[in-house]
Amino acid sequence: MSAKKKNSLFNLTSTLLIISGIAAFVLAEVYVVTLDPINQAKVKKKEAALKEVLPQFEKTTEVRLKPEDSKDSISMFIATKGSDTVGYAFETYTDKGFSGRFTFMIGFNAKGDIVNTKVLDHKETPGLGSKMADDKFKNQFNGKNPATYKLAVKKDMGDVDAITASTITSRAFCDGINRAYLLLKPYLKGGKQ
Amino acid sequence: MNQWKNFTKGFLKENPILVLVLGTCPTLAVTSSAINGLGMGMATTFVLLMSNVIIASIKSFIPSSVRIPAFIVVIASFVTIVDLVMQAYTPDLYNSLGIFIPLIVVNCIVLGRAEAFASKQNVVSSAIDGIGMGLGFAFALTILGAVREILGAGSIFNYKFINPDADGILVFVLAPGAFFGLGFMIALVNMINAKK
Repeated sequence: MSAKKKNSLFNLTSTLLIISGIAAFVLAEVYVVTLDPINQAKVKKKEAALKEVLPQFEKTTEVRLKPEDSKDSISMFIATKGSDTVGYAFETYTDKGFSGRFTFMIGFNAKGDIVNTKVLDHKETPGLGSKMADDKFKNQFNGKNPATYKLAVKKDMGDVDAITASTITSRAFCDGINRAYLLLKPYLKGGKQ
Repeated sequence: MNQWKNFTKGFLKENPILVLVLGTCPTLAVTSSAINGLGMGMATTFVLLMSNVIIASIKSFIPSSVRIPAFIVVIASFVTIVDLVMQAYTPDLYNSLGIFIPLIVVNCIVLGRAEAFASKQNVVSSAIDGIGMGLGFAFALTILGAVREILGAGSIFNYKFINPDADGILVFVLAPGAFFGLGFMIALVNMINAKK
């Protein structure tokens, strides 16, 4: 090894102080530079998901709702076209996933039929639970109304075809839809009057 | 010639995963598909290169008894930079690699190269060592990811070549498949190295 600084107390502390100081400064700069693009990417993702799960709409209004069984609120987006309400989208979640919480966007039309779903964020096993985002699984919900469609996997006497080897994820997905549907119900009744 | 050796040794002779068997935790975890392996490999290559360069250039200012904490601060800074930049500009890749990026900090390869190579060599050799080791890591991860993706999901780089409704051999996507794949790759590389 080449000539090194002595291991005196002053040298040890001053070296670490300088290195940490420089690192903190650089990180602060990078954080500021990337803050905007990160937020934009998140907003873009949400907007793209809304377009995918809702019928054609002109604008959405966000409402924060609180499910009965959890302290975390859910965002509901009421989609309108002119003065008509065309659908409702929920950024719903479930805690019953194989690897904890995952969130997805689900859209209903004005009658309460499911239009489409879009997984936003998950930690499920790649190649197994992650298949919930594939058409084969998620398209079976499209056009179904949870009032008549039993939201449970066939193993639990429901109507949903579970993903092979991922029953837990499939159950969790149903749980997430249910959570959104329970919040939607009061709005649907209001619409029928 | 010497620098060329510094570069190529990361691929076969001293491949970080297949010969040194360092950093197996992220290797086993992220290689469920080829693209994940490649992304993780590239992120690690960047961190390795930058930390090797910085450590080689500041090594004479660091008293030996605090060198490990100093190295960790440098490595952690670059990992955080990669984390933020990926989140900002490649959100899709970040979604699948997200939780493994912070783990690069404790990836033994990065600290191992800093301690065993960059703290004793000059900046240029360290940079080349970083790139070579990083690409060797990326190379091994991509191959392992590709093998697991082909056998486990019937696709390669997300392009499905079997019936879209059909399933692959599930075990290869799961943890045991990672161990099988890695074991066979280590055996193969040992065979090649033994012949030389």
